[in-house]
Amino acid sequence: MKVGLFVPCYIDQLYPDVGLATVNVLERFGMEVDFPATQTCCGQPMANTGCNDDARPLAQKFFKVFHLYDHVVCPSGSCVAMVRQHYTHYTHGNAEFESLTQRTFELCEFLADVLKVEKIHGTFSHRVGLHQSCHGLRELRLARSSETVGNSYSKVRQLLESIEAIKLSDLQRTDECCGFGGTFAINEESVSCMMGQDRVADHEQAGTEVLTAVDMSCLMHLDGFIRRQDKPIRVMHVAEIFDAALSSCSEADTVRSEDALTATERTS
Amino acid sequence: MNHATQATAFVANDERAHWHDSALWFVRSKRDKCAHALPEWEDLRAAASEVKMHTISRLAKYLEQFEVNAKKLGVHVHWAKDGAEHNKIVHGILQKHDVKKVVKSKSMLTEECHLNPCLEKHGYEVVDTDLGERIVQLREEPPSHIVLPAIHLKKQDVSTLFEKHLGTEAGNNDPQYLTEAARGHLRDKFLGADAGITGVNFAIAETGGFVVCTNEGNADLGVSLPKLHIACMGIEKLIPRASDLSLFLRLLARSATGQPITTYSSHFHGPIAGGELHIVLVDNGRTEILGREEFRRSLNCIRCGACMNTCPVYRRSGGHSYETTVPGPIGSILAPARDANEFYSLPYACSLCGSCTDVCPVKIDLHNQLLTMRGKIAEKKILPWSKRIQMRLTSSVMKRTWLFRWAGGIARWIMPKLPRFLVYNRFNPWGKQREMPPFPKKSFRQLYADRKRNRQEDKPK
Ligand code: SF4
Repeated sequence: MKVGLFVPCYIDQLYPDVGLATVNVLERFGMEVDFPATQTCCGQPMANTGCNDDARPLAQKFFKVFHLYDHVVCPSGSCVAMVRQHYTHYTHGNAEFESLTQRTFELCEFLADVLKVEKIHGTFSHRVGLHQSCHGLRELRLARSSETVGNSYSKVRQLLESIEAIKLSDLQRTDECCGFGGTFAINEESVSCMMGQDRVADHEQAGTEVLTAVDMSCLMHLDGFIRRQDKPIRVMHVAEIFDAALSSCSEADTVRSEDALTATERTS
Repeated sequence: MNHATQATAFVANDERAHWHDSALWFVRSKRDKCAHALPEWEDLRAAASEVKMHTISRLAKYLEQFEVNAKKLGVHVHWAKDGAEHNKIVHGILQKHDVKKVVKSKSMLTEECHLNPCLEKHGYEVVDTDLGERIVQLREEPPSHIVLPAIHLKKQDVSTLFEKHLGTEAGNNDPQYLTEAARGHLRDKFLGADAGITGVNFAIAETGGFVVCTNEGNADLGVSLPKLHIACMGIEKLIPRASDLSLFLRLLARSATGQPITTYSSHFHGPIAGGELHIVLVDNGRTEILGREEFRRSLNCIRCGACMNTCPVYRRSGGHSYETTVPGPIGSILAPARDANEFYSLPYACSLCGSCTDVCPVKIDLHNQLLTMRGKIAEKKILPWSKRIQMRLTSSVMKRTWLFRWAGGIARWIMPKLPRFLVYNRFNPWGKQREMPPFPKKSFRQLYADRKRNRQEDKPK
């Protein structure tokens, strides 16, 4: 199966390793990954500021770049939420465009829902703190939010827990916002920073060694405090943890792992 | 007015800001326990939301039905188009009855209409009888929360205040002692009052009756002793049938304070024997919101305060930072819907985390409405020019892949070379408390291209 890889602009420029890890993980699960190089930004910063006229051309660009792919995969819950939930303002009834927004997946949900991956092979022997990035949580519903009532689930946590030797931190506030919020981080600097430091403190008390999330933007913000204050915590995008685990075990276990094999056969 | 400025002042007192955050988080946790004890919680929310949407879609019909039925019960019904008219009506009724002293139970509507200052100007003594409200009234400040009006204050603050106004012992911070002092003080006020004013939590079209929910029983006391009762309500407080009430009573207290039900749910159907009951129905911008499809849902609000308790920004910036009667997420929609110029910063006082939307018992899509409101503010060009130009510029760069690549390359090349003081200074709010992200030599697209090339070279010829 061929997937179009959508790498958010800031990951492209600032966190290239996250992009590479995403490619590795997808390839390990038998995907043929294609990165269309004309892509830039989904338009979220403009849309979230209310500047819809500035976001619209970028949504249209996204359509042009990706409309020929059956699946688009992206290592960011927030950018996918922008495409899937908020592009409705820009599709103007174009059915092909609307369908593209629904074929765009965040990496973990692509693994869990499309490829039906249940296990990430390999080991990662660290205590990992999962930060539930809000847009992945409450817009893409990657997990049950703590406010809502019903069976609890978490697609990201489940994948992480399937890795050998990994330990997950127990947080006091399981899904409180880190305070990044795009331009909010600048406009409301003081509240944003208090929120971020509170999250870091929660992970510290829980003994987190590696802080992870589906969104590098939250991690960029949290890492800003961690490095400024020299905390013994490392941030890694989930794709990097998956990649590290997968590369810790032999090809035979992974490339043609039973999960992936049956999954690809099922869906292609 | 700007939320960020107010918030910065609040956050500056780190200990107090954290204390405020924990106090509200505690209420949110209590709410979680209560909600999670009901497996049908999400169904209740859905049903309540539908009842409200239905009512609002036929508001005129239900309001008229309510008026007819209330009149049948012997109630005087008044209509006010805005706060000023509301105050005039209330003042008129009080004048007619030669009232001097008024006791009030909690009503956000009268706060919204600024009734107290208006009546005080006319020489009435107006006493808020809800403990929290009385505290903020004595401090001459507005409530900071719609359910917990004095949540921004510690017991030490209350002790100092009561020492000054009620003559309690200096330094006695015992909540029991302070509450008893307030109780004694309020008893006198109840006994001496000529009229009682209450809010309304739910008005029932089918019966013409209404319900007021309190935990202190002050609404009952305030309208049982005096012969005159004036109930003030926003026109969105309506529900169609008495049988819909249980749904809302179950949701309200659980969402507000994590109680299964408020201690008192007082039902009023007509005046007490020998007394008079007036209801003032107030629009004050509500029909305007009703006419705006994207914000209509906000009229579902039952003023439970749950969105405030859960809001990570509200908890850390305090209710007063919003400078509106209703603060927090719902207030950040209602206020700019009324006056976008004055309250333009409120929809931006939000990280768009969506917790409010998930907590709201009547399923108002709060964070989406906040986002929509930002669009309106940008459209009307109320958003500062500097922000708009920044977005315009970013968009122009992102539209052109070559320019994006070039700009990214320059930034990654120059940033690591700059001395620290050029990166971290007062022009860089990011860097005040945070390190900048790394600026790697190569972008992903470069590394990806390198990798593709290497693979091709590796391929056996
Ligand atoms: S918007 Fe919802 S959560 Fe907020 S006060 Fe109103 S009913 Fe409660």
